[in-house]
Amino acid sequence: MTLGALAVTAAMALAGCAPTGGGEAAPEGGATEPVTQEQIDEAMSADSKLTFWTWVPDIQKEVDLFEQTYPNIDVEVVNTTGGSQQYPKLRAAIKAGKGTPDVVQIEYQYISSFRQTENLLNLEPYGAGDMEGEFVDWVWNQVADDQGVWAIPQDSGPLGNLYRTDIWQAAGLTSAPETWDQFAEQAQAIRGTGAYISNMPGNDPGQMVGLFWQAGAKPFSYDGQETVSVNLDSEETQKVVSFWQELIQADLVSTDADFNDEWYQGLSRGKYASWQVAAWGPIFLQGTAANTSGLWQAAKIPQWQQGEDVSGNWGGSTSAVLNNSKNPIVAAEFAKFINTDREAALMLANEQFLFPTTTSILEDPEFTGLTSEFYGGQKVNEFFAGVSETVDPEFQWLPFMDYVYSSYNDTLGKAISDKGDMVGALAEWQTKVVDYAEQQGFTVE
Amino acid sequence: MTTTVPAKPVTAVPAKHHRHPAVQRAQTRAAWILVTPFLVVFFAMFIVPLAYSAYLSTFTSQLVGGEVFSGIANYTRALNDPSFWEGLGRVALFLFIQVPIMLIAALFFALALDSARVRGGGTVRLLIFLPYAVPSVVAALMWGYLYGADFGLITQIFEGLGLSAPNLLNPSNVLGSTMNIVCWEFIGYNMIIMYAALRSVSADIYEAAEIDGAGQFRIAWSIKIPAIRQAIILTIIFSIIGSFQLFAEPNLLYNLAPNAIGNDFSPNLYAFNIAFKNQDVNYAAAIAFLLGLIIMIISYVVQTLINRKERSA
Repeated sequence: MTLGALAVTAAMALAGCAPTGGGEAAPEGGATEPVTQEQIDEAMSADSKLTFWTWVPDIQKEVDLFEQTYPNIDVEVVNTTGGSQQYPKLRAAIKAGKGTPDVVQIEYQYISSFRQTENLLNLEPYGAGDMEGEFVDWVWNQVADDQGVWAIPQDSGPLGNLYRTDIWQAAGLTSAPETWDQFAEQAQAIRGTGAYISNMPGNDPGQMVGLFWQAGAKPFSYDGQETVSVNLDSEETQKVVSFWQELIQADLVSTDADFNDEWYQGLSRGKYASWQVAAWGPIFLQGTAANTSGLWQAAKIPQWQQGEDVSGNWGGSTSAVLNNSKNPIVAAEFAKFINTDREAALMLANEQFLFPTTTSILEDPEFTGLTSEFYGGQKVNEFFAGVSETVDPEFQWLPFMDYVYSSYNDTLGKAISDKGDMVGALAEWQTKVVDYAEQQGFTVE
Repeated sequence: MTTTVPAKPVTAVPAKHHRHPAVQRAQTRAAWILVTPFLVVFFAMFIVPLAYSAYLSTFTSQLVGGEVFSGIANYTRALNDPSFWEGLGRVALFLFIQVPIMLIAALFFALALDSARVRGGGTVRLLIFLPYAVPSVVAALMWGYLYGADFGLITQIFEGLGLSAPNLLNPSNVLGSTMNIVCWEFIGYNMIIMYAALRSVSADIYEAAEIDGAGQFRIAWSIKIPAIRQAIILTIIFSIIGSFQLFAEPNLLYNLAPNAIGNDFSPNLYAFNIAFKNQDVNYAAAIAFLLGLIIMIISYVVQTLINRKERSA
């Protein structure tokens, strides 16, 4: 117990090694004029060393491909175990002004956080400006705006619906719900079998925001400077939240915290009959509920309007280059290589099961052609490649998603797990986030 | 209580040794050399970070605009922060309920083992102490398995008996579940401190008491407990500090019951989350300092009270 306080003190000492504000850090480095091919060739053949922070398991394989192609470049991979562990470490290193990586894995929703502190290299002059056509449009919008290209997409998580065909049959239902109205109707029938149609965790703001995204909500915006807008309590978000509130209060949807042992058990023992999850979900589920192989099927996420075909996104990462990198050209080339070189990108998709973001891999038969026994022989990759095209292309984030997500747990998340007033908690969440934004000196529109 | 007790005889100050000055100097030097490693580490790992945190706590940082000196602004903010006070209230409740249970249990086990009536005392002692050695990640997995609302062992036992199981991780029960984990972890630890103190009591006293016709319970109550008074006071002070610094257990339970624990379950967890989720290191430093101050005051008050009682006893 006493160790806790020590850890906090020590970690705080680490975290703030110089009380100069992150906001007024060194001016943005990097080229302003496009880098020429000669400069690139020269840099790529010279001896150099890069540090790469990531939590993708076994990414050394893709890094090896890079090192084979560019034998003079030595890339040191540092496994940071996960985003929530990595970002504080990264911020501390940035503040300390040393020990920062050249290339770093950053999730889409945290890009603006590191942009705001002016730590990301604008990759536009490094050849990334021409790459727009290589990526799915909504993914590209996540990393680029009219001020620059801030990262190279690595993977994404378009939302679908994984459901248990056997439970559906037991409930006398023939097909997965096409609309949320059908979902609510089917919830009754599913509950009759003893299962819940789904689980809505109170600790997963990422999923909730993905559902907001699908409903057409635009809860956040950021101009890249000092102005944000927060719109968490809108018509669309209320629609989503009141929908789930009704199901939860009628005991048709459970509210267990996700990604812990109880919840894994719930998936493998049929407590939850479906999971509204991103494209990375199928493989995850296969590992978690191996005993239910062959019983699952992937379907589209239910729609708010009959006949529409819109999805949202939940998760996914990028490779960004920090602007204090001593080898910006090499770092930028590395970020591009591991995510877009065909062999490397295909390996990420088929071996690390990162759902691809480039149109070429999404159409590559070596990716789409795979069938899965777990999903009764369905071509799940091909299915989600189709879903990826339907993701609403306009969605932005705030430069302080850590706070937005942690305050979710105290407001809307808490209301979900207490089965309480979720719509009211939405307003509370909005207030908290706006207060924080103002307190941090942002102009809130 | 009212009988006047003669003041403790003042120990005679030994006559000053007239050692050779050179010998004295050498000894002083040796003492300093021996103490230096400690002082270096103490200074580098404790004083410097502490002073630095104090320094940090006098600034206010904003994502836009950076850091500016703000004096005691963070402290006044903390004093008006309901999350801080709620957390403090929670650990105070924890202190008043969990610590007595834990220490009485520890004392009971220590006395039982010391009475030498327990067969295989060494094994039992090890078993009781073992939880203290279990890594917290393993402990979290284990308790997660036991507490789980649907498939947890406790739930399964209740259901096996045809009873409805309580949800041990809901907001009203989670404090009790935390207390249980802390008891499990620290009873053994406190028991060892008390047991070690008991072993150093001279056996002659027990023999004398037995000759006077005292039974085991009388011996425990009138001789053993008073004899290890200092050890018990030590465990009380440790437990007070530990309670106020409650961090690891709620941090572990957070994965199992994120909404019941929240961000501000205990002041330490709150400071941690402010520093790393809200990116407000300065405010976190102020909260940590304020907490440290409160712990110091309470430890001091408790110690003074105990000492006063001891003097008047």
